[in-house]
Amino acid sequence: MSDQQSDDAPQDPAEDAPEAPDAPEETAAAPEPAEPAPAVLPEHEGWLAALAADLGDDIVEAVSNHGDLVVRVKREAWHRAAEVARTRLGCEYLSFISAIDWLPRPDPPNWDPDAPSAPVQPKEMTFGAAGGEGRFQVFACVESTDDVTQVILKTDVNEQNPSVASWTDVFPGADWHERECWEMYGIEFEGHPHLRHLYLPAEFEGNPGRKDFPLLSRETKPWPGLVDVELMPGSDEEPAEEASA
Amino acid sequence: MSMTEERQRAYIGKHLAEAQINVELHHEDMVLNIGPQHPATHGTLRVVVKLDGERVVAADPVIGYMHRGYEKIVEYRSYPQVTTLINRIDWLSSFANEVPFIHAAEQIMGIEAPPRAQYIRTVLTELSRIATFIVFLGDMGAQVGAVTPVFYAFRDREHVLNLIEAATGGRFHPNFNRIGGLKDDLPSGWITETRRVMGKVFESCDTFENLLQGNEIFHVRTKGIGIIPADIGKGYGVSGSNLRASGVDWDLRRDGAPYLAYPEVDFKVWTHPGGDSFSRYWVRLQETREAARIVLDLLDRLPAGPVMAKVPRIIKVPAGESWVRVENPLGEMGYYVISKGATGPFRVKIRSASFSNVSILPWVLKGVYVPDLITILASLYFILGDIDR
Amino acid sequence: MNPLVALEIPWGLLLVIKVMVILAIIPAAALILGYVFLMKMMSHMQSRFGPMDPGGFHGWFQLIGDGIKFIQKEDIMPAEADRRIFALAPAIVLISTFVVYAVIPIGPRLVAEDLDVGIFFALAISSVSVIGVLMAGWASSNKYALLGALRAAGQLIAYELPLVLAVVGVVMQAGTMSLQGIVGAQASGEIFGWGGIGNPFLLTQAVGFVLFLAAAQAELTQTPFDMPVAESELVAGYQVEYTGFRFLFFQMSEYATAFALAAIAATLFLGGWHVPGVEGTAADVLGPLVLFAKIMAISFLIFWVRFTYPRFREDQLQMLAWKYLIPISLLNILATGIFKVAF
Repeated sequence: MSDQQSDDAPQDPAEDAPEAPDAPEETAAAPEPAEPAPAVLPEHEGWLAALAADLGDDIVEAVSNHGDLVVRVKREAWHRAAEVARTRLGCEYLSFISAIDWLPRPDPPNWDPDAPSAPVQPKEMTFGAAGGEGRFQVFACVESTDDVTQVILKTDVNEQNPSVASWTDVFPGADWHERECWEMYGIEFEGHPHLRHLYLPAEFEGNPGRKDFPLLSRETKPWPGLVDVELMPGSDEEPAEEASA
Repeated sequence: MSMTEERQRAYIGKHLAEAQINVELHHEDMVLNIGPQHPATHGTLRVVVKLDGERVVAADPVIGYMHRGYEKIVEYRSYPQVTTLINRIDWLSSFANEVPFIHAAEQIMGIEAPPRAQYIRTVLTELSRIATFIVFLGDMGAQVGAVTPVFYAFRDREHVLNLIEAATGGRFHPNFNRIGGLKDDLPSGWITETRRVMGKVFESCDTFENLLQGNEIFHVRTKGIGIIPADIGKGYGVSGSNLRASGVDWDLRRDGAPYLAYPEVDFKVWTHPGGDSFSRYWVRLQETREAARIVLDLLDRLPAGPVMAKVPRIIKVPAGESWVRVENPLGEMGYYVISKGATGPFRVKIRSASFSNVSILPWVLKGVYVPDLITILASLYFILGDIDR
Repeated sequence: MNPLVALEIPWGLLLVIKVMVILAIIPAAALILGYVFLMKMMSHMQSRFGPMDPGGFHGWFQLIGDGIKFIQKEDIMPAEADRRIFALAPAIVLISTFVVYAVIPIGPRLVAEDLDVGIFFALAISSVSVIGVLMAGWASSNKYALLGALRAAGQLIAYELPLVLAVVGVVMQAGTMSLQGIVGAQASGEIFGWGGIGNPFLLTQAVGFVLFLAAAQAELTQTPFDMPVAESELVAGYQVEYTGFRFLFFQMSEYATAFALAAIAATLFLGGWHVPGVEGTAADVLGPLVLFAKIMAISFLIFWVRFTYPRFREDQLQMLAWKYLIPISLLNILATGIFKVAF
């Protein structure tokens, strides 16, 4: 390999620079590449079997996604899934609990969907790994610190009255994660000792994490990637012209 | 004030008549508000503690004073713009913050950065680890009352920051990662300079070891203080050096899904069975040295080649999702990126280390004295941006 | 006895002169210690750049600039504060420092008041400052201040005993409590029959000297015993609500007390103003300079420890005082007594 003197990079970055002008303007992403095979990787089969031994039919779907085992369980089995993962798989370490709102986001005003790099999301509701049923999905990641076992658990919750069992009695750390999730997505955790605001002031109304909750800065101003030029007041005629127009 | 006195007198008077001996004064626990502006809270953490004398009866951390809503904002941004935001999560080790997100996006796109870029990323990640830990090593001194180490820490960190600046152009917020590689190669002379600075890092570690870790007063102030048993720590999601200081031999650089150049590096994972504040200090001190050794090792084997893979000019990440978690200076940092084929992510769950590390405070602070509370806060080592995101 | 009496200055004028001199000493002492140790030594030890910069040479302007800043600042009083006590507290602390200076001899005839119980008076008066601290903590109506003040009060009991007991050995050996008398006893002493430099009690009372310095460190609320101010825990303890000039009072008295305690230590253990072979008026000129050098040496020790060590916890200080310092000082007294009787 290169020695200490490789300091002055011998290669010419211009050769294969990413922004070479001849690069295709829009390589609109190889169409749906390597959508994770619905099968489970061989190394995950053992974990899934251990989960299935207890959860049985409560496992709706399980896939291996980029090296992670993603298991979707029924809402009723959410709490038991945590217990099983903890006892059967030794996943004593709670990484996170959060939620996904699969609703396509309404575009903010002034939004220019034709701009070349505007992050325009598709308008139909699609689901990620291990599928989904409704708008809200709660997902969590538990890990084992003894080996590489790591399971991502998902469950669908009702859109009208989103609620799911709390994990606080299995993982004490679930407390804050569930408070955050409740605050951001409005998902009730049954059995949580005290659901109260974590980040936001106690009197805050609404669930900012939901897709239909507008991001105010983008409501008032188009996203910063496009037009981000504010003329100094009185320094140019252009705004005046616009105002008169 | 006079009201309280009157009430107390009335109380004593009333009860004196009833009880002949051992009049126990009625006392209330005092609620003390530590933060959001307090020298020990590194920013805007607020801990509301109930005190009986100087003993903490109950503690309730209040967070969110620095909540910037990154999980929401990134849904409105394109991938290159996200990098700018997320390196403000843990601002002491910004470069390390960028890596897992970029890695997650690359994973969904199915591209991989060239080996040289991977090595340079690893080197810069370890440099940010050193920069972060040096601040800790000094700051811990300030929290137990020794001012001198802080100044040494900021002096010595400057060398490392200069390196990061020379390579990336930014001292704190490099924004140097690109999907598919790095913005630039290393500048000329950088490797020689880095070798020299690593020597200074070792020296600096020795200074802290002699000045603070070897000090008897430091021992009595940290040993046996704020013990986190391994199983409790895991349940709360405490990670990184804090968990390793509880004797859990778990480092995502070695044990997690392979990332960057770590599979090719041989390094030692330091653990300490104590679980107390002293162990956390000790583990971080060893890890600082280990990080410097990793840097030297990687520089010796830095492969030649490009630092950027071929990627389209406008990056569209195909539909899919990916969960990438890495060992950041503060612990396990992960991004769950969900893409729907647009130029920006659909949803990003940011799993930051300090959030979980701090969530154990109500448990660990019960029954400690106020000075120990400060020691524990300092030894858990959190960055406010990393808690609130 | 007093040379000024020989000049037949009326008693009232003499008193005024003495008071003026001592009043001038306090800011001077605070400035000297602040400049030499707080600014320069600390900057060198901690590689700080800030205090080395203003004004050019070694940042000579820094301290003056600080003073100007303090004077300019608004005098804020918390709305809930007990106003009179709040205002009085810094003055009490300063006065206790001020009175200590009255009994410290700086030359054979240069002492404001040569009391027969000089050392007893000095130690008693210097602990009055704790009352000022308690007042400040209580009147600030701030929980941090209150905690700091209570810590200071708790500390008083722990360190005052070893401080006094450490001095008892010296008093026993000198046979007097007058500071002038103690200097005289050291000057006329002999080391194994050789009287070249007298007999500084540092040699026979080394244990007492260490105990005295440790206890003085606590009295001055310097690290490792700075729990009452503990900036990382209690923000600044009892000083938290004070700004501007009142805060400056606290600071000044802290450094002036350090100077005074170093002077007492120099007098008790290092022979005070005594210069071997110099008598009379020459001693009145040389004495203050020699004493000053000794004060600076002891202050260096005090500040060196301050910038090096972490801070104890309050209960650990109590343990240190009651389990180690006080028994050792009692043993020291016992040993001194035995030697006094035996030789």
